[in-house]
Formats: sequence, C-alpha cells, structure tokens
Amino acid sequence: MTSTVAVADGIFSIENGQPKLLGSRCTNCGNHMFPRQKGCPKCMFDEQEDVELATTGTLWTWTVQAFPPKSPPYLGPTGDDFVPYGVGYVELPGQLRVEARLTESDPEKLVIGMEMELVIDPLSIDDDGNQVVTYAFAPTSNGASS
Amino acid sequence: MSNVAIVGIGMHEFGRTDGVSGMDQGVTAVRRALADCGRQWSDMQFAVGGSMDGGAADTMVSRIGLTGLPFTNVVNGCATGGTALAQAVNTIESGAADVGIAIGFDKHEPGAFRIRGPRGKDWYGGSGLALTTQFFGMKITRYMHDYGISQQSLARVASKAFRNGSINPMAWRRKPLSEQEVLDSLMLSYPLTQYMFCSPGEGGVAMIVCSADKAKEYTDRPIYLQAAAVRTRKFGSFEVLAPSISIEHDPGPTSAASKAAFEMAGIGPEDVDVAQLQDTEAGAEIMHMAENGFCEHGEQEQMLANGDTEINGRLPVNTDGGCLANGEPIGASGLRQVYENVLQLRGDAGERQVPNEPKVAYTHVYGAPGISGVTILSR
Repeated sequence: MTSTVAVADGIFSIENGQPKLLGSRCTNCGNHMFPRQKGCPKCMFDEQEDVELATTGTLWTWTVQAFPPKSPPYLGPTGDDFVPYGVGYVELPGQLRVEARLTESDPEKLVIGMEMELVIDPLSIDDDGNQVVTYAFAPTSNGASS
Repeated sequence: MSNVAIVGIGMHEFGRTDGVSGMDQGVTAVRRALADCGRQWSDMQFAVGGSMDGGAADTMVSRIGLTGLPFTNVVNGCATGGTALAQAVNTIESGAADVGIAIGFDKHEPGAFRIRGPRGKDWYGGSGLALTTQFFGMKITRYMHDYGISQQSLARVASKAFRNGSINPMAWRRKPLSEQEVLDSLMLSYPLTQYMFCSPGEGGVAMIVCSADKAKEYTDRPIYLQAAAVRTRKFGSFEVLAPSISIEHDPGPTSAASKAAFEMAGIGPEDVDVAQLQDTEAGAEIMHMAENGFCEHGEQEQMLANGDTEINGRLPVNTDGGCLANGEPIGASGLRQVYENVLQLRGDAGERQVPNEPKVAYTHVYGAPGISGVTILSR
C-alpha cells in the first residue's frame, strides 16, 4: 500500500486530499510569510503566529520550465521522462505572493490575473514506494480571468 | 572629486578554458594587471579577491608571491567582483593603504546553476523551483505585461550583445546572431530563449587601485572612481530564489545602488557616456536600463528600436557583449564590466570603441539573493 508523502515537513499540510500552505503572520505588523519563519523582515518584530494561507488567488506572473532542472536537487522525472511545468507567483489577497509550480504549462493558456487554486502535484516515488508530492496551483475549474 | 584611481587592469579571456583552473585564470589576470602599470606583486599593499566556485582567492599567493600582504576574501554572490572593488576603494579612501588590487575569478560547471538547500529538507529544489532562470522569465513576463515591452525587443538586446561580442577578442561568444536566430532558438524559460540567456562560464579580472594623488606615478592614463556602491534588497522587492514575496512593492537594490552612486559622484544619468548593465538575460538589460535611471519604464521599446544602446548610439550599453556574449563567471563578472569601461575611457576599446571620447562610464551588477553593485568611472 503506497501512501502520499509531502516533499518536506512544515511546508504544506494535506487533509482529505486537500493541501494547505503553512505560513506565519507577524503579531506586530500583520505581515505574512511563507514558509514559516521567526523574525519579520518588514518590522523586525520576533513574535509570529502560525497561519494557514488562502488556497485561492490570482496569477501575478509566470514562466514555463522547459528544460529538466539538475538532479539533485530536482526530484521530478528528468532526461527523456522530463515533463515541462509552469512556474508562477500567485497572489493570495491580503496575504502575499507565493511561488509555485503550475499544473498548466501551455503559454497560450497562462494569463496574468487568472484565478488559481492550490492542489497537490506528484513529483516522484520514494524508496519505500510512497508517492512524493509538492504543492502547485491550477487554473480554477471555471477558468475565469480578471 | 574622487580620491581613488584605477591604474592597472588585467583579464583572462572569458569562456571555456579546459585544463586551466579558475584560480589560474585569476593569477593570469593579476599578472596582466601588474604588467599594465609596470609593477610587481611585492608593490601591492593589500588585496581583496573573490570567487564562488574557484576556491579561496587568498590561496593564490602561493603562486604569485608570499609577500605577507593582508588579503581579504570576498564572497557576495554575483556582486563578488563589485564588492571586492568597493572594499579596495574603501581601503584606499580610509588612508589605510596607497595601492592595492581587487581580483575576481571563477569556473562553473556547464548548464544552469545547481542550487541546493539543506540536505534532506530541500523541498524548494526538490520541487523544481530553485532555478535562477525561472525568476528572470517571471520578472520579464510581468514587466512586459506592465510596460508593453515586446519579445522583439528581447531579441534586439541579445543580437546586439553577440554583435558586440564578435568584435571583442576577450569574449566567449563571438558569432553574430540575427534577431530571428535568437527568437528561433530553444525556448528555455518563457518568454526567454536559449540565446537570450547568458551561461555560467569562466574567466578572471584584476585591477590595481591607488590613491588619486599618486596615480600619475603608475600610469599616464589613470581612470578615476567617482562612486562604488553596493546595496541589498529591502522589504517588498522582487528577487531571485524567493519562495514568497510581499504584495507591497519596493523598486529593488539596483535602484538603491544607482541612486547612491549618482549621489556620491554628484552627477546624473544624463552625464553617462557608456554603461555596462547586468544582462543575465536580455530582459534584465531592458529592466536595468530603467532601474538605473537611464529611462522611464517602457521607454526601452522605442530606444531599442532607435538603436540608442548600440556602440554608436545615444547611450551605448554592454559594449563588450555583456554577460550574454562573455558568460558569467560569478566572481569575475562585475570586474569585467569595469575593465571594459576603463578601456573605453582610455580610448583602447579598438573596434568597439565608443566614439567622441567618452568621459563618464557606468557599471551595474545584479544577483542572488537580491544584491546590486554600481560603479561610476571618469577620465
């Protein structure tokens, strides 16, 4: 029986198949951070609280990773098995912009301002047969763009 | 008025030199810089040097001379060479020494930089996000969207770089490429194609600096440093290798370093006759034209169409072919720009000499994790 495991602890959680990004919020100035960290780069205050970040947002910018990254560190398929993927920053309203893989990699279908939602994205199978996953953003199913 | 002069410059050819280590290329650059002003290593009162992948710079003394001089190693990402020069300038300015040398060299493996996080916790690289190329694709995508820059302009910049590189004997890429060839090359990180990107490479540069009042003892053609400024990112700036960025906006370390340098020099962008701007890829040169104050955002489209940044244009940019034609040996790259400007101000740039005897020259480096270095030189 294989199970789904996150690429690393403390970056995102998975509950009922749904990912949530694990961020911090500064208790002094309200600045959001991802991944979690102590110490606010905006106001220099050192008390932060854990928050779950929004799971939907809009595409702020993007590119397409068209060649295989060096492995290591890349865990996804390389060589002839490499599959191009989108990369972008998704703006989570009132929080921050998160860098992420995008499930869409066709330049014709990626538009700044389009609505996106958080999903899990398979990377590789580890030595124990587990499916290793990371987080990604996908265009929302209604495909709306602003 | 400046208190520091550049009196000797030396370079090892950029590109790929099999069988010659990065440090050996640094040593060659040092010997050439010493020869340029007729001095010996034993005349150097201090050295500042840096490299990312080429080893600790100070160990080169075992080959060039164990004179006992203070030698400071600098590691500061893509601004390593610029930082070495800034530190050398500060050492002279402080009065601690009269003459010293700044050195930068490197040798990287082929292909995009391999960037790894802590072992076993590398979710960022593991997920396929730790590539500098992605940042450049994303920054220019947003910029093109906001300011109406076309992909043709990206091709114009790259084609210019290879044209300039073709007449630079020290450059790596010396084959001219048409705009169409640039556009038709492999798409790497949309909208950037293979020939719009520079490659990690090899090379070395060294320069000898001294207090301005002694400059004529070393050379009859000293070049004066009017400013050398290094700045890091502030909250809100959009930088390479950032898992998240704030919604709040800051114009970034390039604008800050540029403003600081112009203030130090007491001049403005309109006074600059030739500029070397970080062109990790073609879009970076375009964005850096505005971030360094040479135009408003969006004006680059027309400037490039006019040929304003060509060698014989209103503001020649990257006259030696830039990073695109020279590659990017991290430790040496910032000093290469200064080397080119010294040649231009001396009138020694040969086929790529900017006409009408340029008087003021500007350099700008940018790199991870959000650092910029600017120098302003004058005759």
